Amino acid sequence: MRRLNPQKAELIAKGVLLLFAGTAVVALVAIVGYVVVKGVWVINLEFLFGRPRSMGREGGILPFIVSSIYLTAISLLVSIPLGLGSAIYLTEYTTEGWATKAIRFGVDCLAGVPSIVLGLFGFMFFVRLLNFGWSILSGSLTVSLMILPFIIRSSEEAIRAVPQSYREVAFATGGTKWQSVTRVVLPCALPGIMTGIVLAIGKCVGETASVIFTAGTSLRVPGSIFDSGRTLAIHFYLLVRETGASDMAYGSAATLLISILIVNFFAYWLMRRFIARVS
Amino acid sequence: MSLTKDRLVSPILFAIACFSITALFAIGLFIFVEGVPIMMKVGVWEFIGSTDWSPLEGKFGILPMIAGSVAVAAGTLVVAVPFGVGCAIYLSEFASKRTVTIIKPAIELLFAIPSVVYGFVGVLFIVPFVREHLGGAGHGFCILTASFVLGIRVLPVIVGISVDALQAVPKVYRDGSLALGATKWQTTTMVTLRAARSGILAGVILGMANVIGETMAVIMVIGNAVVMPNSPLDSVRTLTSNIALEMGYAEGDHRQALFATGVVLFIITMILNTLTRYVTRSRVGKKK
Amino acid sequence: MKIRVYQALLVLACVSLALGIGGGCSRRTGRQEGRIRIVGSTSVFPFVEMLAEAYEETKPAVRVDVQAGGSTVGIVSVRDGICDIGTSSRELRDAEKNGVTIIEIARDGIAIIVHPSNKLDSLTKKQIRDIYAKKITNWKGLGGDDASIAFVTREEGSGTRGAFDEIVMGQDTRISPSGLVQDSNGSIREAVATSPHAIGYISLALVNEKVRAIKVDGAAPTHENLAEGKYPVVRPFLFVIKGQPKGQVKEFIDFVLGPKGQEVLSKEGLLSPVVK
Repeated sequence: MRRLNPQKAELIAKGVLLLFAGTAVVALVAIVGYVVVKGVWVINLEFLFGRPRSMGREGGILPFIVSSIYLTAISLLVSIPLGLGSAIYLTEYTTEGWATKAIRFGVDCLAGVPSIVLGLFGFMFFVRLLNFGWSILSGSLTVSLMILPFIIRSSEEAIRAVPQSYREVAFATGGTKWQSVTRVVLPCALPGIMTGIVLAIGKCVGETASVIFTAGTSLRVPGSIFDSGRTLAIHFYLLVRETGASDMAYGSAATLLISILIVNFFAYWLMRRFIARVS
Repeated sequence: MSLTKDRLVSPILFAIACFSITALFAIGLFIFVEGVPIMMKVGVWEFIGSTDWSPLEGKFGILPMIAGSVAVAAGTLVVAVPFGVGCAIYLSEFASKRTVTIIKPAIELLFAIPSVVYGFVGVLFIVPFVREHLGGAGHGFCILTASFVLGIRVLPVIVGISVDALQAVPKVYRDGSLALGATKWQTTTMVTLRAARSGILAGVILGMANVIGETMAVIMVIGNAVVMPNSPLDSVRTLTSNIALEMGYAEGDHRQALFATGVVLFIITMILNTLTRYVTRSRVGKKK
Repeated sequence: MKIRVYQALLVLACVSLALGIGGGCSRRTGRQEGRIRIVGSTSVFPFVEMLAEAYEETKPAVRVDVQAGGSTVGIVSVRDGICDIGTSSRELRDAEKNGVTIIEIARDGIAIIVHPSNKLDSLTKKQIRDIYAKKITNWKGLGGDDASIAFVTREEGSGTRGAFDEIVMGQDTRISPSGLVQDSNGSIREAVATSPHAIGYISLALVNEKVRAIKVDGAAPTHENLAEGKYPVVRPFLFVIKGQPKGQVKEFIDFVLGPKGQEVLSKEGLLSPVVK
């Protein structure tokens, strides 16, 4: 076999790999860029604050923005205490035993449940069994199951990153375990935890499969959490289904993507602050 | 704060922490309760092995859907693994710090884009492209299209875990190899990659689990025909799109059959997730 | 200090949750007043939304909530008492009929559509049946280009597909499982609009300039032909109510069947219901 000069091989390899990485970035820019560019000029005050007319073919997307915000807020309200509590337990209050292994297994598997299966569960359990009907409540409870493992994992990592010496100082000054957690560890880990929460917001906003069977497809602004509401992501899906690549579809997608981008950049900024703090 | 209150904290937090596994159990229970009876009624082997899916006539064979999910997972593997591992190698071994701060978040952002947007872009561009240049029975709605679209979507999962795995390889391995005169590339392929093998494998398995669970993007680009795939240009239906498509209209046996499909999905993803943990655990074991 | 901000946000969130639940509770007890819940067919959904919009203009106190979910979900939901009106785009089966009132609010033609560039403009029912049963696989055999036919259908259980099955396929022939499946009228239209060799069936009211509706058995899908029964592929849009319609529900149905409601529907291309 003719051997390629190792220096040359390395050069070729580097080039190819750079190409791969570059392609990934190009793909991102292309997808996001195309949708945003085609849709951003649809966005104006009337679009953002108006109501849909004529089956969503005209008008605005206010009800969907409200529904999305509502759904995300309730999901967070449910999963943050549960997630943070679990993370605190796993890091501060226990040693690695069979109980923690079981809990971690539960968390990992929950993370792996496909969103459509969660949607099925949500439909049977929240919509039918608990009789919440198609509502923001059913939808957000289902979505909270989806983001819970994520919040647990990222909070755990953030808490673990807090140097041990911080905790020791708390004990040395006479604090209880709980005080050391709430007054020292958590405040220090907060940006890291917030990053996880902010990223979870991004996921909530984009969720479709688990929401479509639980929160319903109503075109109205939901008056309360027992009302049905269509989130922006679902509205986009239904628009594409019914109207193809229409202006409204692009506009909704652009709004969706821009919000997600903002949320993600905020998360990165928080993460940088957190890393700066603990190192 | 009194010490008794402090002692209360631990059991409360324990109860909270157990919520996840309780929820998982509840989900599994419900899906099974709804789905298993029909599997028994039709016969488990008949359900999994028959290619005849005609719900209105009481025929519930999901083999084509299983084949569809597997085909899409395999196709995405072919697209995403070289792509993903390549990116990971570049980020971990060859890129400068500054490049990493630009590229890594960009790749992570690919995962944050909702799958409906992926489906949309796929239908707008990739479906016509495949149809015009490659033809095929699916007329553009086929396994190849789905693999392409999902490959990009799942890339961040593979890249993220692979980068972690590569970074976890101790520096001494690389230094030793370089000291022996190998080039950076030779070091990477012959030493670092090999050492990070199980971590990368875990990332790939997790990526595949993600693909099998993907619904929205798939429904829009894959054609949803109930056939056993013969070529990557065929249209197929996955387990997930089967549920999503027919759930709105199903009742009685039909609906239970869809839950049974959910059971199969649930089991498959559980197996894949357990496999991922097993693979990572054995890596940790090896290190010691 | 930053903690204050987070605490404040948390309090704000709790307050809004409380308001939300409080508002919801009162809404739920007052559920019967001022609220009509409609669930059902995806084909009927957009039209009911428009009827709801028009109705709410005349009666602002009433709120009409419309969900799509599928014809079967609509029928089951109304029988279970989850909603007030179920909508369906297919006839009910005998087993579904007891205990409910069925009211036809409109008729809808099903158009057979092809890409605008397709040379053909007419097919017989038998030819369409053979295409969907995969007995004819190339446009060549019908006088068109030499290209394989991509036939698109709705998912099993769809009201539109049920009607197509009943009227075009008949009792003995099934749609071949290798057909492309899309999950709504709109997405079939989009698929055919972008695919030069595709054929599909959608609600007649949803045909636009992106696709062409062909003649079936020589009859073009026009309103006259539909009304006179010359165009064979017609199906009913139904409201299904548990027991007899009363109160608000009855008022809404009267509105839909009355001149204002029917005007909304016929503007979108639907036919008036068969007068019984």
